[in-house]
Amino acid sequence: MMTNSNDFPTGPLARYLLQIADDQLIMGHRNSEWTGLGPILEEDIAFSSVAQDQVGHALAFYEFLQKECGADDPDQTAFNRPENRMLCNGLVEQPIGDYAFSLARHWCYDHAIRLRYESLSGIPNPVLQSLAVKLQGEVKYHTFHADTWMKSLLQGSEESRLRMISAIKEVWPLALGMFESWVGEDDLLNEMGPNGHPWYPGEAALRLQWQEHALQSLQGWGVDVDQGALSKLEPVLGGRQGFHTEHLAPLLDEMTAVFRLDPQAEW
Amino acid sequence: MIIESASLQEPNLKGNIPDGLTPDLLRYWEVLDQVPDPEIPVISVVDLGIVTRVTVADNGAVQVILTPTFAGCPALKWMEKTVREALLEAGAPEVDVQTTFENPWTSERISEAGREKIRNFGLAPPPRRRPGCVGPDLEALAHAVCPRCGSENTSMKSPFGPTLCRSLHYCFDCLEAFEQFKPL
Ligand SMILES: [Zn+2]
Repeated sequence: MMTNSNDFPTGPLARYLLQIADDQLIMGHRNSEWTGLGPILEEDIAFSSVAQDQVGHALAFYEFLQKECGADDPDQTAFNRPENRMLCNGLVEQPIGDYAFSLARHWCYDHAIRLRYESLSGIPNPVLQSLAVKLQGEVKYHTFHADTWMKSLLQGSEESRLRMISAIKEVWPLALGMFESWVGEDDLLNEMGPNGHPWYPGEAALRLQWQEHALQSLQGWGVDVDQGALSKLEPVLGGRQGFHTEHLAPLLDEMTAVFRLDPQAEW
Repeated sequence: MIIESASLQEPNLKGNIPDGLTPDLLRYWEVLDQVPDPEIPVISVVDLGIVTRVTVADNGAVQVILTPTFAGCPALKWMEKTVREALLEAGAPEVDVQTTFENPWTSERISEAGREKIRNFGLAPPPRRRPGCVGPDLEALAHAVCPRCGSENTSMKSPFGPTLCRSLHYCFDCLEAFEQFKPL
């Protein structure tokens, strides 16, 4: 049982779900920073909507963890853990940067989430199974949006193409860090889905699936990908063990400022 | 002990109230059918398909199960509160409203009556899911039917509109923008 928010919920499944929820929470907060700043009104709305979805997804998983895994209530879990108990990855922690950076991150991140939800929809737990199917539908809009803009900027002017390519290079090592291996991963690998196959392929397999899809898309959009150079990039690791980039602490301070005024308040 | 319970299985033509209800349950479903969706007030939470089960216990306590359209729907708390108040006002001695994803919402859950109301509100109702299509049918969304003139000579400007449920489109025949209730 999780008695206070300084403890992780026990069990590999709970830990895996907490990683997804923390990623979604932090990604949602970062994307919401585009509200009022988008390069055009439609993109302002798009990033705000994606952010709203992501915080909603985080909440759905925190609620599951509370109901089924003995975790604290969602507000406590989301806003009352010290930095070293957060399990999000370095990609989602980064500031929004310019639009090219945020778009490249959105594209990398939502395709990874798509793969995680696809795999989660094969889980034997019926509540998580139907939740994963539901959330997959919402993510389809995210990946569609990201693909549309990636394609149009990569095939647009010479300047937009070069800026996107430089953003992709910047994002790549952080994106690889989304697939950091984690404590308990091996236990989850042996869990069978209703069809008799393991539902969770593990982080290395997810990374391969993700990378293959990403490289194929880039080639389809006319980007001459230097696979050798990309494969030499070192992934940014640590998030799944509670070691974070320097950008998380200030974000948590900002996110939790209101909560800390009165941790028991009913909002 | 539960004495009466009714779940919505399939949307039907006259609305989303299940068939063959006892008088008590029918009354409560009819009360819920008057609770408007806050974003599109012409359609009720029942027509929208977010009421998935109503149960009356032997002490008269009512339990309602709701399921959100989008997980991040900001109107959810408001709807839980409004549903509770409407049932208390209709004489339910005790009301418990729960939100779950166990019977998740898709746009296929909107009743025929609800789709008509959405159209009259000026929004294009979500396209019906084609057989074999998994998840929202984004290809159909590329040529949404204009709610003003019925033209399919349209294009999607953005999959994200003023609320999570709506996308933005342009009709080349009316030469005007319109909004679509997104398929999910
Ligand atoms: Zn038209």
